[in-house]
Amino acid sequence: MIQIKELHKSYRMGSNSLHVLKGINLDIKEGEFVSIMGSSGSGKSTLLNIIGMLDESDEGSYVLDNVPIKNLSEKKAAIYRNKFLGFIFQSFNLINYKNAAENVALPLYYQGVSRKIRKEKSLYYLEKVGLADWAHHLPNELSGGQKQRVAIARALASEPKVLLADEPTGALDTKTSYEVMDFLQGINDEGKTILVVTHEPDIADMTKRIVQLKDGIIEQDKFVEQVRASEHV
Amino acid sequence: MFDLDRWREIFQTINKNKLRTLLAGFTVTLGILIFTILFGMGNGLKNTFYEEFQDDAQNTIFIYPGFAKKPFKGYKENRRIEFENEDIEFLKQKFAGRIDHITARIYKGVTAKYKNEYGNYNVRAVHPSHQYLEKTAIEKGRFVNQNDIKTDARVAVIGRLVAKDLFAEEDPIGKYFSLDKIIYRIVGVFSDEGSGDNEERNIYTPVSTTQLIYKNTEKVDQINLMYDITIGANGARRLSEEIEKALKNKHNIAPSDQNGIYVRNNVEDLEDTLQFASLLQIIVLWIGIGTLFAGVIGISNIMVYIVKERTKELGIRKALGAKPGSVIAMILQETIVVTLIFGYIGLLIGNFVLNSMGDKLKDWFITNPSVSQGTIIGATIILVISGLIAGYIPARRAARVKPIVALRDE
Repeated sequence: MIQIKELHKSYRMGSNSLHVLKGINLDIKEGEFVSIMGSSGSGKSTLLNIIGMLDESDEGSYVLDNVPIKNLSEKKAAIYRNKFLGFIFQSFNLINYKNAAENVALPLYYQGVSRKIRKEKSLYYLEKVGLADWAHHLPNELSGGQKQRVAIARALASEPKVLLADEPTGALDTKTSYEVMDFLQGINDEGKTILVVTHEPDIADMTKRIVQLKDGIIEQDKFVEQVRASEHV
Repeated sequence: MFDLDRWREIFQTINKNKLRTLLAGFTVTLGILIFTILFGMGNGLKNTFYEEFQDDAQNTIFIYPGFAKKPFKGYKENRRIEFENEDIEFLKQKFAGRIDHITARIYKGVTAKYKNEYGNYNVRAVHPSHQYLEKTAIEKGRFVNQNDIKTDARVAVIGRLVAKDLFAEEDPIGKYFSLDKIIYRIVGVFSDEGSGDNEERNIYTPVSTTQLIYKNTEKVDQINLMYDITIGANGARRLSEEIEKALKNKHNIAPSDQNGIYVRNNVEDLEDTLQFASLLQIIVLWIGIGTLFAGVIGISNIMVYIVKERTKELGIRKALGAKPGSVIAMILQETIVVTLIFGYIGLLIGNFVLNSMGDKLKDWFITNPSVSQGTIIGATIILVISGLIAGYIPARRAARVKPIVALRDE
């Protein structure tokens, strides 16, 4: 699903250049549940942003679902993001003046899906994350865990190939974190490829593969025995 | 543009962000409101001017005969000069291109009588053209016409005060009354608000009728003409000189004789008028430009602020697959909607204020302040366009910002 070869990325900080990714090689197959770990500054978020087409690499190749991602125009990037990827952010990034259902329907709006089907789908996915009763509530009427579940529903609504989660539990307490992970595991069980960036070992243990980043290179890449979140809830 | 979904999206955004919308809208409303009121007042000033100073046509030349003081070509000094109908025809032909209207005037003092009412008034025997020179407003009926001249009709057009004196509440049109015991039929009543009461105590009759009745002569007391205003002040000066020369030649008066014929033009008045009118026009124009400019700046500010405030939301939309074009289009469409709606409100309020002012400010030289539809539409278009430009620049920047930057947690 994702093939990354010799990926480099540096940021310019005034006169200095900060080399963040120093040759990353990564191959992720369909249906995998991967966590990317590392201390802050290890380049994990940068890697996720490049995979998410929110940022561009300087060197190396990146192929997503057999489509080479290189030198995309803004418009093309927007179309690919919409088609291939679902995002989950640490700070949820819901639009605060839209209710839960409208937030979930937004990627579908940008896909050009009709209003009726948008409504049906958004309710379907809200139900899937257990928030059907909250469909008409605004984000500020929801708890942190609920907000993240709305965000997950939104990420799923466009039926992406890959789900990208940047510290999805970073703003949540342990119990809620495990609930969110339980959802993600359920989605993964249905065959969805998921990539999670985290610095919490217990969250990483709930995925199937841990990629350890340090100073811009992959230090360790191992498959692990998945810990089911449901056992901790 | 007629994507229903996009309109829904826009109205939701406008609706759910009332404070922001009101802030932007208030600026637009205020801009149009101030523009409408100030521009309207400026127009009111202009209206006053035209009403007060433009009562009579100003592109006129009055010609009247005097006494030739110098002997010339065998004619003796102190000779009385008289004009006849023929002089009018002469001028008409000689200066055809430059003269718009020409009329004779014969003055007579008469006693008018209707039933038991009578009074002394002045009669002016004139051609139909006289109406244009004096800008006589007909209240009822008609003015002297060409047919009256041809048939020496015994008809009269009386001033409003004459009608009031003699007829009181009766309708004078079609009634017969006598001037110096000769019966005339009244065909019209005129009013002349600008020139005081005396003007409305005049009676107009056809020039030919008066000439026939009083000794059957061809004589006229005075010739008034109105020239084509496009010849300008200098053209008018030249025209009066040429007329004076031609008439002196025709009546055998020495060219250097100052007293044979008097030619009076209003060129100085006309120049003052034109100058003052254009000054007023410039003042009004600058008021308009100034207020509009202030409005443009206000809208630009608010648009920059709005787009800045929405950077994060736009980043989210982009991460979810919004194309840069759709981000820009969304912001611009919102701008148009807000500007138009609130501009219209400003316009309604402004017009309401102007209407309710009406003539209350007449003491301040402001009459009937108003703004033409065209001006208002133009002003609104300018505001919409400036709102678009002001919105476009930050919108384009927002559309270009990488979602990753927009989404960065503060």
